[in-house]
Amino acid sequence: MTQDDLTIADPKMKAHGVNVFYGEKQAINDVSIDVGTDLVTAFIGPSGCGKSTFLRSLNRMNDTVASARVTGQIELDGEDIYAPSMDVVQLRARVGMVFQKPNPFPKSIYDNVGYGPRIHGLAPNKADLDVIVERALVRAGLWDEVKDRLLESGTALSGGQQQRLCIARAIAVDPEVILMDEPCSALDPIATAKIEELIHELRGKYAIVIVTHNMQQAARVSQRTAFFHLGTLVEYGKTTDIFTNPKQERTKDYITGRYG
Amino acid sequence: MNRDTAPTDWKGTVMQKRIAGRYAAERRFKLMGLGAVLLSGAFLAFLLFVMVGNGARGFTYTHVTVPIDFKAMPLTIDPARLGDADADQVIANAGLADIVAFAADEALGDGGAELISENAWKEVRSEIKADPELLNGKTVFELPASSAVDIMAKDGARGELGARVDALERDGKLGTGIHWPFFKNADATDPAVAGIWGALKGSVLTIFIAFLIAFPTGVLAALYLEEYAPKNRWTDLIEVSINNLAAVPSIIFGLLALAVFINWFGLCQASPLVGGLTLALMTMPVIVIASRNAIKSVPPSIRDAALGVGASPVQVVFHHVLPLALPGILTGTIIGMARALGETAPLLLVGMRAFIGDVPGGICSPSTVLPMQIFLWSDEVDRGFVEKTSAAIIVLLIVLLSMNAFAIYLRNKFEKRW
Repeated sequence: MTQDDLTIADPKMKAHGVNVFYGEKQAINDVSIDVGTDLVTAFIGPSGCGKSTFLRSLNRMNDTVASARVTGQIELDGEDIYAPSMDVVQLRARVGMVFQKPNPFPKSIYDNVGYGPRIHGLAPNKADLDVIVERALVRAGLWDEVKDRLLESGTALSGGQQQRLCIARAIAVDPEVILMDEPCSALDPIATAKIEELIHELRGKYAIVIVTHNMQQAARVSQRTAFFHLGTLVEYGKTTDIFTNPKQERTKDYITGRYG
Repeated sequence: MNRDTAPTDWKGTVMQKRIAGRYAAERRFKLMGLGAVLLSGAFLAFLLFVMVGNGARGFTYTHVTVPIDFKAMPLTIDPARLGDADADQVIANAGLADIVAFAADEALGDGGAELISENAWKEVRSEIKADPELLNGKTVFELPASSAVDIMAKDGARGELGARVDALERDGKLGTGIHWPFFKNADATDPAVAGIWGALKGSVLTIFIAFLIAFPTGVLAALYLEEYAPKNRWTDLIEVSINNLAAVPSIIFGLLALAVFINWFGLCQASPLVGGLTLALMTMPVIVIASRNAIKSVPPSIRDAALGVGASPVQVVFHHVLPLALPGILTGTIIGMARALGETAPLLLVGMRAFIGDVPGGICSPSTVLPMQIFLWSDEVDRGFVEKTSAAIIVLLIVLLSMNAFAIYLRNKFEKRW
């Protein structure tokens, strides 16, 4: 199977020599990573190591931070995403994002999921939109729980349901990559288990990159793991290798709980 | 257990004293707060009591019963001309004023014409216009009493005139009713016909102009500053300037408006247009500040969420930020507008303190505003204007209170929780 080869033949996203600066401070130092199409890639590392910063540079969410500056090369399907010809709005439709805290819009469940397709003109009429919304909610494993109350506010759902709603919202625009920034850190263990299950099901349909604090989670859901420390990429490899046979001393210290 | 210090004596007298002191401080603070609330409540109650007590009389008037037998009078009016546009002039030229005065003398005794308002004949005129048949017979009119009689009837009679008023009352020739002209007329020199409608309409037009200019400009400025403008020395300077502008005394805006709108642009003086522009200048900084605060309080996670599914910055603003900030923006705007509605000083300088006898026809016709009307009437010598002043204050307060109620309604309607 391709996913067991360390070299990724046809990477969805390629980052090469990426540096991120916040003003004078350098948050990411010379990081190169390939993200596989059919794989779940996990970023782990202690707080403040830059894994979220790097994730947010993959769909240019760092653009919203005035002082942030990105150098180096990040490609999506061989296309430089920081090139002037790249439309950032379209990029974010192709590279969706799920955030740490569930952040549904204060609108109905239907409008939450339908918002993306609507603004990108993916649904010419109401019937098409209905289909898209249902498919996204089914994929996010939320359909059975909310199909009778699609017009209720998305904020009235429980935390775990809200997070799955956010995942449904992200996949409704049919992205190629989904970035997840610690999607379970605000959830209880049962809701976390559901999200992890969902990630398993979504694998193969989307390239998934997940940032997590929880090393067991990284071990459970991912095929590739990247360990970040102090803004540098310490080690990147197959998840099984990272957790059973790390090459770097720092990785070993971290996964055995010596710091972090 | 090893301790470096002796265990704390939680039950000792020192601790008991601390606890008692804490409770006492709590009680003191609660009482002081309650006192403040009661004091402000008492002020409000006093204000309302005095205003309603004085002002309610401004809405009523005293009328005197005067029968007029038109057949017995030397009055010749061609009924065919009563439908003409110049019917008012035709009736006036026929000497109706003298006839009404004569009828009053006859009905009420010598000097009877002094007891009715000098504008009473206009009432008769409008009734004749409504029904020309009146000219062929004898009709009993209820004519507005003169200002002096009106006050005697309401306050209690004194002196020589008082005796006559008492006599009229005994004869059943006096009555009271709601003073409709007060709601229909503009300012006049005679309190019996002076009305608030001119000033009310002037206020409405002025505020409308101010809102039309200040609201879009203020909200757009706030959106730009919050969502688009880079944070640098220039935007800092703009922010400081806006904050300072909000604190500038209002009369300065009046001087500015006089120099710019009237002297330079040559816009119509004393008009709701210029008044509204002046108030817009004054209110805009308030709207900008309120809107910026409302926009700032929209959680950044909502912006992230919208950007994350690929909304453009304009879509983020109009689909998410603005709807969520709207309650705050509207509340700030209406409070700013309510302040502008009560403003007098800047409008003095653009000419809105002139005596305007007509209800303004449009935004460029001379007019006055409610607070200015109150100011003008409070300056009048005729005692009849005292109660008119209070009545005008009540009208202004009602308008202000309904605007504030509207603000609360809007806030509750648009407020979303998450």
